[in-house]
Amino acid sequence: MAQPATIPNVRVVTLRIDDRDLSAREDETIIEVCRENRIPIPSLCHLDGLSVWGGCRLCMVELEGQSRLYAACSTRVAEGMRIQTNTERLQRYRRTIIELLFAERNHVCSVCVSNGHCELQWLAQKCGVDHVRIPYRQVAYPVDSSHEMFRLDHNRCILCTRCVRVCDEIEGAHTWDVMSRGSDCRIISDMAQPWGDSDTCTSCGKCVQVCPTGALVKQGTSVGEMVKDQHFLPILARRRHLQ
Amino acid sequence: MHLEDLAEKAAEYRAEEAAVRREVRVCVAASCQSSGSLPVLEALTQACGDGGGTCRVKGVGCMGLCSAGPLVAVADKDCGLADSVLYRDVTPADASDIIGSVCGAPVERLRCPTDQPFFARQQKVVLENSGVIDPDSFKGYVAVGGYAALVQALSEMTPADVLREVTASGLRGRGGGGYPTGLKWSTVAKMPAAQKYVICNADEGDPGAFMDRAVLESDPHRVLEGMAIAAYAIGANKAYVYVRAEYPLAVERLQTAIRKAKRAGFLGTKVADTQFAFDVEIRLGAGAFVCGEETALMASIEGLRGQPRPRPPYPAESGLWGCPTLINNVESFANIAPIIRNGGDWFAGIGTEKSKGTKVFALAGKIQNTGLIEVPMGTSLRDIIETIGGGIPDGKAFKAVQTGGPSGGCIPEQHLDIAVDYDSLKTLGTMMGSGGMIVMDETSCMVDVARYFMEFCMTESCGKCIPCRAGTQQMHGLLDKIAKGQGAHADLALLEELCEVVQATSLCGLGQTAPNPVLSTLRYFRDEYEEKLAGG
Repeated sequence: MAQPATIPNVRVVTLRIDDRDLSAREDETIIEVCRENRIPIPSLCHLDGLSVWGGCRLCMVELEGQSRLYAACSTRVAEGMRIQTNTERLQRYRRTIIELLFAERNHVCSVCVSNGHCELQWLAQKCGVDHVRIPYRQVAYPVDSSHEMFRLDHNRCILCTRCVRVCDEIEGAHTWDVMSRGSDCRIISDMAQPWGDSDTCTSCGKCVQVCPTGALVKQGTSVGEMVKDQHFLPILARRRHLQ
Repeated sequence: MHLEDLAEKAAEYRAEEAAVRREVRVCVAASCQSSGSLPVLEALTQACGDGGGTCRVKGVGCMGLCSAGPLVAVADKDCGLADSVLYRDVTPADASDIIGSVCGAPVERLRCPTDQPFFARQQKVVLENSGVIDPDSFKGYVAVGGYAALVQALSEMTPADVLREVTASGLRGRGGGGYPTGLKWSTVAKMPAAQKYVICNADEGDPGAFMDRAVLESDPHRVLEGMAIAAYAIGANKAYVYVRAEYPLAVERLQTAIRKAKRAGFLGTKVADTQFAFDVEIRLGAGAFVCGEETALMASIEGLRGQPRPRPPYPAESGLWGCPTLINNVESFANIAPIIRNGGDWFAGIGTEKSKGTKVFALAGKIQNTGLIEVPMGTSLRDIIETIGGGIPDGKAFKAVQTGGPSGGCIPEQHLDIAVDYDSLKTLGTMMGSGGMIVMDETSCMVDVARYFMEFCMTESCGKCIPCRAGTQQMHGLLDKIAKGQGAHADLALLEELCEVVQATSLCGLGQTAPNPVLSTLRYFRDEYEEKLAGG
């Protein structure tokens, strides 16, 4: 029988997540093992097929014997690890982080084209954010409608950089990037030009599909009509890695 | 090259200076330059003339007492070099008086006593050459024993020997975290990789801190020597110094030092005629505080956006371009040469049980003697502020001292007797940081202090992770509201909650420590916050 050319030298470890005993390959991250075993872990920046970002901090988990928290997306599993993914403390932190996001820009669900299909909205519901105690900043951000097929609404952007990564790592165009710093950060196409003038954009639409909110959407959609499809990503990513 | 060859060279360089009976040293570090030391240097050089070859005026590095600058020291060989005469607040008009004064009869009106506690209570290891040698002179550094530690390491020690000495010294990272240097070096040394890097972090950005700047401006060769020894110990041959562009003088002196060390064969393909190759390049920071964080700094060197990435993997495993990388602060590297020269045990004999050696502090704020000091670890804060620092000016009362910059906290009067080391400061809710100390008197409002540092963190946040990006901004907004007397009890409660979340969930040290100034002022001065809340 034909053997695979190289057998990866990876060990398998056992660990316990929320009192469930599980096994995992030691090169997997906590979030990968959780997703595999249908243990819900909130995240807005992580996406299977894209590189690790570690920016949304919603996937923080507790490790037994450690006082600090660990991001599940950027922490590898280890033998004997004991992980808690949903303690009261973590729930409280997650609610606050989601509140910070809602207060940062203008996420007005009722008029958003992604209403009902938005990852931020889902997470807010799942985590029990029924109101925002943090003062809204209420700064108006521009909308870029210069592209013939798509639209970028900075008001809905949470700077997860999924668009930046998918464009760079999967499409290979690197149209998107982040400019400025702190709360002045914003997603830009090419050298901060209107999206429609971009020389590098291939209009593939991957960025639109991976965007968790209504920041990147198709033109011509109305409230609640923007449904996203991310099934292509793991398939394309696997093919890219095989090459 | 053998140690004897180097000693011969040093003797030769000293002999060149034998005819000089009197040396006039003018501080040309940034602090004294800003109070006008360059015209003083020029006037003194003119007044000295050629001096028959017996008088020489030279620019030197920082002498410490920056508040009294420009500082000039006159060392007469006929009176014994040890007791040089120090002059303060020198102007170009004083030049002829200083040159004209004779040994034993100094210009009394300008004299700055050197037996005062500011000088007497210090112990100089890192700053031993600072204010004595010309930072631009390679010969000057060799003449005082420079590069002997490197030659000793290369010719008489194995990399393992070097690691043993550094570990035995108990040196801990001077950038703030206090990670054991020996452990860090050994970890990188153990990594099996063909390519490794050494990085010197000179992106000193804490407000009120200028230790690394002074070391680079006063004694740049010492840092290069420390880096070369580190590279030899861990098996690297390429290094970067990441300096912030706001330190043009430090950059210039470092460039000169690299050029001269290369020419003399202490950098390059055959360091000190051995098979060891070592090259150093300078990288300039573009003004982002977050680039002092090691993973952001490495991204910046690679030409990427300067923002941190999750650790692990730590730089020791996967650093610059994925290679194992040793990254230390300027002051850490500056401690290496004396450790190799005198042995790790000598260094371990200084300081406290868990924090060895000396620490350079920058005294700033409401304190009589602002400037740079170096004291053994374990010196009490009261000694530093009242005895060495000369206390609070204008008869005001002391209120608090802030250590660790925007990542640290403040320490009130009742804890002043604590012996300063990494662990004692931690128990007080602050940290050593890189060594900035900002002293505040009774007129300082602690809510303002917290707001100031929060504004700093807010504008310096890279924006990658949400808690730091949005959290610092919200905390700043709340502090601003409270400082203006418009805050309610609910605002204070929200502020404390945000502090907890941002501290626990931020991606890098900037965010994780950004709430510290708020938490520590709340811990010791909660009444000041409550007084400001609307409706009492």
